[in-house]
Amino acid sequence: MAEITLDQIIQPENLVYTKSRIMTDTVLHYCPGCGHGTAHRLLAEVIEELDLQADTIGVAPVGCSVLMYNYMDVDMQEAAHGRAPALATAIKRLMPEKFVFTYQGDGDLAAIGTAETIHACNRGENITILFINNGIYGMTGGQMAPTTLPDMKASTCPYGRDVRMMGNPLKITDIVATLPGSYYVTRQSVHTPGNVRKAKKAIRKAVEYQKRNQGTCFVEIVSNCNSGWKMTPADANQWLEENMLPFYPLGDLKVPEE
Amino acid sequence: MAKVRGAIVVDTERCKGCELCVGACPTDVIGMEEEVNSKGYHYAYMKNPEACTGCVNCAIICPDGVISVYRVKTS
Repeated sequence: MAEITLDQIIQPENLVYTKSRIMTDTVLHYCPGCGHGTAHRLLAEVIEELDLQADTIGVAPVGCSVLMYNYMDVDMQEAAHGRAPALATAIKRLMPEKFVFTYQGDGDLAAIGTAETIHACNRGENITILFINNGIYGMTGGQMAPTTLPDMKASTCPYGRDVRMMGNPLKITDIVATLPGSYYVTRQSVHTPGNVRKAKKAIRKAVEYQKRNQGTCFVEIVSNCNSGWKMTPADANQWLEENMLPFYPLGDLKVPEE
Repeated sequence: MAKVRGAIVVDTERCKGCELCVGACPTDVIGMEEEVNSKGYHYAYMKNPEACTGCVNCAIICPDGVISVYRVKTS
């Protein structure tokens, strides 16, 4: 048999994967290798698969993903720093038939927005929160965040985070899981293809569960910040696996009783 | 014996050369081109196209979603 050529393989009927049509053609402004792009794409794929494009309202945060509304072809609203869950609460209460999500980083959700996050989850607001945890303030230049690991270096703790002086890292996902209002709480990562597949399943559940009207769905995605960590993308993902994951173990923290 | 052949198409202008796809490929298909795109990034290409199985690993790890994957079964 004659060997098949690349031109014969690259035909529309053989296409098995391409960028979701919910993602616009705008070039992402993220640094090369940043997990934000992967997280955006997973959410876009889930929205496309569940045919929710016309019924979705997203809330963008302040932080690296502040320009998220340029990248996803769904209705989006920009929130003040940390206030995305409060804004999403209002949107969902006014339009309960819509799918409402917030997308926040650790500086937004776990620092300035801690009160909004905890109260929205405690009230059991029927929204989906995507929380990207890279342990650092990426956009402003790699400062220490609430989620920075002990002894991890950042521009404001160049000798490493000293927990006696700077306090302990905040595991806000664990706190959210203890609140009665949260319905589904999970922690995932996007540093290997296998973890990306698992993260997508978790995001899909978090989107589907919103229809049940039972409480807040919260997905933490442990991600890299290779610019802030001063590493190549591949090294950053390796570092994430060796250092972040022992402190932020992956898996479901709260699952609905079926 | 049925054999699965795959191929990838990289949107070279949007590729940022992060090389995550290189590490994600189980069959060592992907390399970085010596040429650069208009932004100065070395973009991904198939250096070893015969080995591609269309497993999609490179495309799902790509933060910028620049990789499209095609797959056929040949007998």
